[in-house]
Amino acid sequence: MTGELAAYQDSFAAALLADDPLAASPELQRLVRQPGFAVYRNTVLKGCIDALQANYPTIVRLVGEEWFRAAASVHARQHLPSRASMLLYGERFPEFLAAFEPAAELPYLPSVARVDRWWSEAHVAADSPPLDSAALMSLTPTRMAAFGLQVHGAARWGWFDGRPIYTLWSRNRDVDAASNGPVDWRSEGVLLTRPTGPVLCAPLTRGGVALLDACVAGASIEDAVVAALEADRDTDVAALIRQLLQAGAFSRLRPIHPIHIQD
Amino acid sequence: MNDALTGGIGLKPQHFVAAHECAAPGLWFEVHAENYMVEGGPRLAWLERIRASRAISLHGVAMSLAADSVPDAQHLEHLAALAERIEPTLISEHLAWSTWQGTYRPDLLPVPRTRAALQRIVDNVSRVQARLGRRIALENPSHYLTFDEHAYGEVEFLVEIARRSGCALLLDVNNVHVSANNLGYAASSVIDTIPADLVAEIHLAGHSEDPKHGAALLIDSHDAPVAPAVWALYERLIARIGPRPTLIERDENVPAFDDLLCERNHAHALLLPLAEAA
Repeated sequence: MTGELAAYQDSFAAALLADDPLAASPELQRLVRQPGFAVYRNTVLKGCIDALQANYPTIVRLVGEEWFRAAASVHARQHLPSRASMLLYGERFPEFLAAFEPAAELPYLPSVARVDRWWSEAHVAADSPPLDSAALMSLTPTRMAAFGLQVHGAARWGWFDGRPIYTLWSRNRDVDAASNGPVDWRSEGVLLTRPTGPVLCAPLTRGGVALLDACVAGASIEDAVVAALEADRDTDVAALIRQLLQAGAFSRLRPIHPIHIQD
Repeated sequence: MNDALTGGIGLKPQHFVAAHECAAPGLWFEVHAENYMVEGGPRLAWLERIRASRAISLHGVAMSLAADSVPDAQHLEHLAALAERIEPTLISEHLAWSTWQGTYRPDLLPVPRTRAALQRIVDNVSRVQARLGRRIALENPSHYLTFDEHAYGEVEFLVEIARRSGCALLLDVNNVHVSANNLGYAASSVIDTIPADLVAEIHLAGHSEDPKHGAALLIDSHDAPVAPAVWALYERLIARIGPRPTLIERDENVPAFDDLLCERNHAHALLLPLAEAA
């Protein structure tokens, strides 16, 4: 009898989302022909679509529920969940939207979806207290080359060239906060953090994005500031550091250990 | 579960504050374990906060115990970590499969009740219990399909798994009603025969009619209040087996917390005289 259950599960799984379940698994015709088989087909697809709708609320608001659920249905058939927890299902949805022909008229959708995804990741990231600004302020300027800033595990950020993604996302993520003013079509950066409690969202300058990127790459504070100024020479470094500290974008100071390569 | 627990409510994030503030005696909460398998964040913080004053039951929907493979090791570790953190009063799972060949299908898929399936499920339940270091309760799913291959009756199969693995049973009375309706047998054949000593918890939920097939095909949709027919079966069950912690489940069209509390209070009122008489 070994393998009988496995063979049944192979067939059942193949028939579940097939366009023609009978053709996909003719050996299951006794089951597939019963009206109850459609209940499983519907439930699996609905479970995936519901999870995507919960995880990408800003996209739902921008395109409407009907359009969203139709797109989510196509995505779900291509990418079933690989994990049993649906809280982070839809990792590939932003890329899916970028390649999804009916979404071509809304080229900003994948970027907005990326921010929804960051929100989900920030929401469930490990708890860790943010860096106390006093610790940073106590560093003398000469020590800025000896320490780096460890970016907080819940922080997510990015720069969007030519698209006001912060404005589009923040106006549509929370229905109550929606504003109908005109959108200034410019480049914008986004910063999501979760120092304690809820996820916080703020606009981030090009210099801020460069500074955080440099910190993640292991730069010292001094080098990270240089990176910020290289990205935008008008960066107000003091204001930027203050914003990042207040948002809880860092978790601790990290000593930089030079690597000595021995022959 | 603690004898003092009566009616419980499936906990939803939109009800965290109301749940935390509610002072109803005997109230407890249940969550889908998968929704809290996270590293941190407000969701987990709320669960811990509510746990400080209320019993919590972890109800898994995705261990895929009836799949012909061992439970996903990572998923089991996540459940174990959550159980360690929350210290739930009960942990339960379903007699169903969902993860197969590395892909998760968000549903409780059926298996033919064969000897091979029995052996596999007993083995998987035993593995989970060994890792958690405790007994779990196994829930009867809703049935929508007739299998020619069944070698056991439903109660016989559940009891055999429980006896061999040492697990308890979670009897979902709505699932019994839905299954009996869909497959054409008497719900009493389950309600009147399930061994009292195995039942650790009871679930109650609402169901709906299939849009195409109507009342001939009921869906376990958890989108409505508990139906009168299900309350009647529930009363019949607890009159025979005695009081058990009883959960009101609602996953769709979730109403205000107070509406769920009303249904829960009804279960509480039915359980209380039985508990006092015991």
